Amino acid sequence: MQTDEAPPLVSMRQIVKRFGQFVANDQINLDLAAGEIHALLGENGAGKSTLVKILNGLLQPDAGEIYWQGEQVLLKSPRDASEVGISMVFQQFSLFENLTVAENINAAFTEHDTHGFGVRALADRIIEIGEDYDLNLDPNRPVHTLSTGERQRIEIVRALLRHPKLLILDEPTSVLTPQEAEDLFLTLEKLASGGCGILYISHKLHEVRRLCSKASILRNGRLVATCDPKSTETVEMASLMVGSSVPELRAPALHKIGDIRLHVEALSLPSQDIHGTDLHHINLDVHGGEIVGIAGIAGNGQSELFAALSGERLAQEPRHICIDTLPAGLLDIESRRALGAVFIPEERLGHAAVPDMRLSDNLLLSRHGTDNLIHGGLIDIRRSHRLAHDVVLQFDVRSASKNPYARHLSGGNLQKFIMGREILAEPGVMVVNQPTWGVDAGAATAIRQALIDLAAAGTAVLLISQDLDELFDLSDRMAVIYAGRLSQTLPIQNLTREMVGMMMAGSEVDHAA
Amino acid sequence: MRLELSPRQNVWPLFRLLSPIFAMAMAGLLASLVIMILGQSPQAAFDVYVLGPLDDSWAIQEIAIKMVPLVLIATGLSFCFRANLWNIGAEGQFTFGAIIGSILPLLTQGMGFGPWVMVIALLMGMLGGALFSLIPAYLRAHLNVSEILSSLMLVYVAQLLLDWLVRGPWRDPNGFNFPQTVNFDAGSLLPVLMDDGRLHAGVILAGIVVLVSMIVLSLTLFGFRVKVIGSAPKAAGFAGFSSKETIFAVFIISGSLSGLAGIIEVLGHIGQLKPSISTNAGFTAITVAFLGRLTPIGILFGAFIVALTTIGGENAQIMLKLPLDLTTCFQGLLLLCVLVSDSLTSYQIRFVSDKPSPTTPIEDA
Repeated sequence: MQTDEAPPLVSMRQIVKRFGQFVANDQINLDLAAGEIHALLGENGAGKSTLVKILNGLLQPDAGEIYWQGEQVLLKSPRDASEVGISMVFQQFSLFENLTVAENINAAFTEHDTHGFGVRALADRIIEIGEDYDLNLDPNRPVHTLSTGERQRIEIVRALLRHPKLLILDEPTSVLTPQEAEDLFLTLEKLASGGCGILYISHKLHEVRRLCSKASILRNGRLVATCDPKSTETVEMASLMVGSSVPELRAPALHKIGDIRLHVEALSLPSQDIHGTDLHHINLDVHGGEIVGIAGIAGNGQSELFAALSGERLAQEPRHICIDTLPAGLLDIESRRALGAVFIPEERLGHAAVPDMRLSDNLLLSRHGTDNLIHGGLIDIRRSHRLAHDVVLQFDVRSASKNPYARHLSGGNLQKFIMGREILAEPGVMVVNQPTWGVDAGAATAIRQALIDLAAAGTAVLLISQDLDELFDLSDRMAVIYAGRLSQTLPIQNLTREMVGMMMAGSEVDHAA
Repeated sequence: MRLELSPRQNVWPLFRLLSPIFAMAMAGLLASLVIMILGQSPQAAFDVYVLGPLDDSWAIQEIAIKMVPLVLIATGLSFCFRANLWNIGAEGQFTFGAIIGSILPLLTQGMGFGPWVMVIALLMGMLGGALFSLIPAYLRAHLNVSEILSSLMLVYVAQLLLDWLVRGPWRDPNGFNFPQTVNFDAGSLLPVLMDDGRLHAGVILAGIVVLVSMIVLSLTLFGFRVKVIGSAPKAAGFAGFSSKETIFAVFIISGSLSGLAGIIEVLGHIGQLKPSISTNAGFTAITVAFLGRLTPIGILFGAFIVALTTIGGENAQIMLKLPLDLTTCFQGLLLLCVLVSDSLTSYQIRFVSDKPSPTTPIEDA
């Protein structure tokens, strides 16, 4: 049993980490006891990742000490961390799609780790751990046949095989359905009751309240509070995280729901990628003035649907996709833009924007065909600078220079630029995929507000998202995509989180819709 | 122990500007070392390699003549390379351009037609290079065949075709069985610009190509499209730029400029077709393109340095008894230094230890 005299499992003292002039961690203290589930809360850029990387040996602090069970340790690499008993489950999985579960786990171990017990013995251990902690996994299945939740289990099992005394999880529920998240919580509680300390990184307050007994809140690289999340109000924690009260979304002005502006009918598309998802018989209408949400766990056909709607992949027949009643299924993306549609892909750097180009050139990327920017093949550079600057001003894009490279903007600011670029094109139809993924709360609110206002002005907005809060906040109607099939679209009033969660996991999907 | 490159957070712009100068200094130092090992004084070598050729008008004209094919080919290649397409068969497109461009001057030989033969020959040379580059372009765009291999292999096809032509059907009947065609009419050749040397009008064409390329790359939608496709292919799809069309476009540009370089060499200072029309310009131009960081102005500088050291190398062979291959070695050193120095400007090296380092609890100080 833990007594008051016993030193904490891990204790970080006065940790400082600078990147150039930027102070990512400023004298942070953190104590975590064995068996404790401790939340590390903060917005993107608050310094959570930096702190955790220091604890995992990926980064070295510029100042400060780390004590492990009372003794000072130097963690110079993840291997050092793993040897004292610290394991981490990352947000992004590093798995080989074509290998089996056991092969993937084996690949992460050296002979030194496995004591040479080989893949077959490893498979037994995987099953054992699975039984102990309700982490069902078939060691012999290839990874590409697994759901995201199952993939995450691989990462957790991989971490548990090292018998960690401290397990760090980075936003683990961002890829899970509500039900899967609940299963994960049960596993974590079981682990903690066995004496393992858990550091749980998140920005979802309701989860933290459900799971954690202690929370450290970071803001701008500083520790602003340590509290008991179960007895602290959500609103209070939110304002501690953001530093001011979170702006509320303004409801749209009363407006009419207009005609159908985006019509999708019987759209089927086989995937081009062996690990991709085929689209099956998708039907969907979006009227002017409304936001239609599409929920679903990553990898269920969202990016394929986006590519089909944008014209980056063509449909099989023109009639499958209509924009303002005009058949557009065989039109390329530029021709669809000419019909008044705009598109915002999920991946900001590399898809929606070119990292190594300035904002004025990135403006050109999607608007070169529609905004009178090209005269006889020559770029009107003055105009592209001016239009980019309009976006920067109207959408509050913050950066150090006037016309920065896309890669120099933070995620939130780049997304505001991309949203602004498309909104100022005055679209009739907008298809947007994961608009606030990895964006800080302030920017997320601004982006959501922009979508609400856009719909209120008569645009048909199709919002593909994995964030249920966002979908429930914004959508007028909602559907769920699962394994490349889209459910019926239902008014938001008729839906509950539980229903949507079940549909996201594949049950009750109305295939005949 | 292994090395890892991690991107630098902030790169001082001046640093980027100074990087090539630093690279040249490093290359100079390394070259001096090699020369010292060979038992010569680096200072004498510097005089011969760098200062000597700049001393008289004839040598300066020779430098310019050497630069012409390098600039033309490297400028074309820069379009391909920027779009992430590795056309390394410029040598073949150069040769094929020279062959196709020579058809009309051969047919009209001895008929005393005026300079329009030259104009059409230049255009046909471009067409020949372009047609030859369509082969790897088509294979890449439609069958996803690596353009690196296909373009390289076609170099041999073009060279053997030239070899066969000048030994067979196109051989000069009065040429004592040498593998070469007849000398073309003086009227079909590019006009010579200076009285005291061989400088020909190809220099003007190369200058025009550099200027136009600068405009195309920085001011046109096409140049924008090439850059987007090269640096973010998915974003290019998002912008509606077709990658197939771009593959054909950049190969045609690169092929026609290589072909133009080929026929300019023939009509500029060789005056006939023979197997040795090229001095590996198609391959050296790859070095030049990267020395110039794929920008037209940079390519001018790169071509100048390569041409200068090539002429200098010929002199060094005579005056210092240094082997001619040493020039290639110096040019290689220079490219290496430029690439290393550019990489180190953008990235920093970290040493990562692979060995498990024991975790030692340290005693409190």
